[in-house]
Amino acid sequence: MDIDAVPSAAGLVVRVGETRIDAAIAIEFKEAIRGLAEGRAGPVILDLSRVNFLDSSGLGAVVAVMKLLGTDRQLQLAGLTPPVAKVFRLTRMDRIFTILDEAPTLKAAG
Amino acid sequence: MVLRAPSATAGNVERTATDGFGARGGDDRHARIFRRFRASDMETRATLTAVCDSLRRRGMGEDDLSSAELILAEVLNNVVEHAYAYGEGWIEMEINLRRDAMACIVRDQGHAMPGNTPPAPGPMRLEPPDNLPEGGFGWHIIRCLTSGLNFRRDGEHNELRFVMPLSDGD
Repeated sequence: MDIDAVPSAAGLVVRVGETRIDAAIAIEFKEAIRGLAEGRAGPVILDLSRVNFLDSSGLGAVVAVMKLLGTDRQLQLAGLTPPVAKVFRLTRMDRIFTILDEAPTLKAAG
Repeated sequence: MVLRAPSATAGNVERTATDGFGARGGDDRHARIFRRFRASDMETRATLTAVCDSLRRRGMGEDDLSSAELILAEVLNNVVEHAYAYGEGWIEMEINLRRDAMACIVRDQGHAMPGNTPPAPGPMRLEPPDNLPEGGFGWHIIRCLTSGLNFRRDGEHNELRFVMPLSDGD
């Protein structure tokens, strides 16, 4: 799973390197983010700018991530490509998530 | 469409034909794409990628392509997850690309669809964060983007047909 997490002033930026979040990968995706986000506090920004395909499995995984973060930690989505934005729009899930045009700029060095 | 017996050389087969004798003449967007593959998430992924490449080469625009891929993914995921929940089998997919629409037929040999009719979910009910659904979006998406959705059980086979209208331009 091509994914990493970088802290930023705005929250933990989870950068998804996979180009597809689909049935083949949805569970692994959710578990990877669980691992990256646990033990921390604060918002999580999911950078999906490299994802050009997401189906209902992928959507379900994103919802599952929101739930596993709990009500104290906000999940924001950034960099939705047109095909991905379409799925959120069709399902009206674009009203549930905060959607950013871009992920926050990350400072150099950790 | 004839469901061919499994061939010894398994694998993800594509056959395409361009019908150069379309009703309005000479439009090479009239095409038929046929694929046969084993039902699995990885095979679905490979099939979708290849089919989209074929459709793109035949002039389908990016917005229509993303809708086509999404519809096909939802339909195929449903076959893999439900029709073949307890076993394995083949999926056959035929795509007929016309000037104004893409018509598809998906056949499998898995379990019948409950009630012999595809789900028609009502409006998505989106409840407070801890009660959001994680599933059930698939048929909603399919119904949003297609017309003529039709399912029939034919002996040992499921057959799902639908049409995706193409947008103007591109």
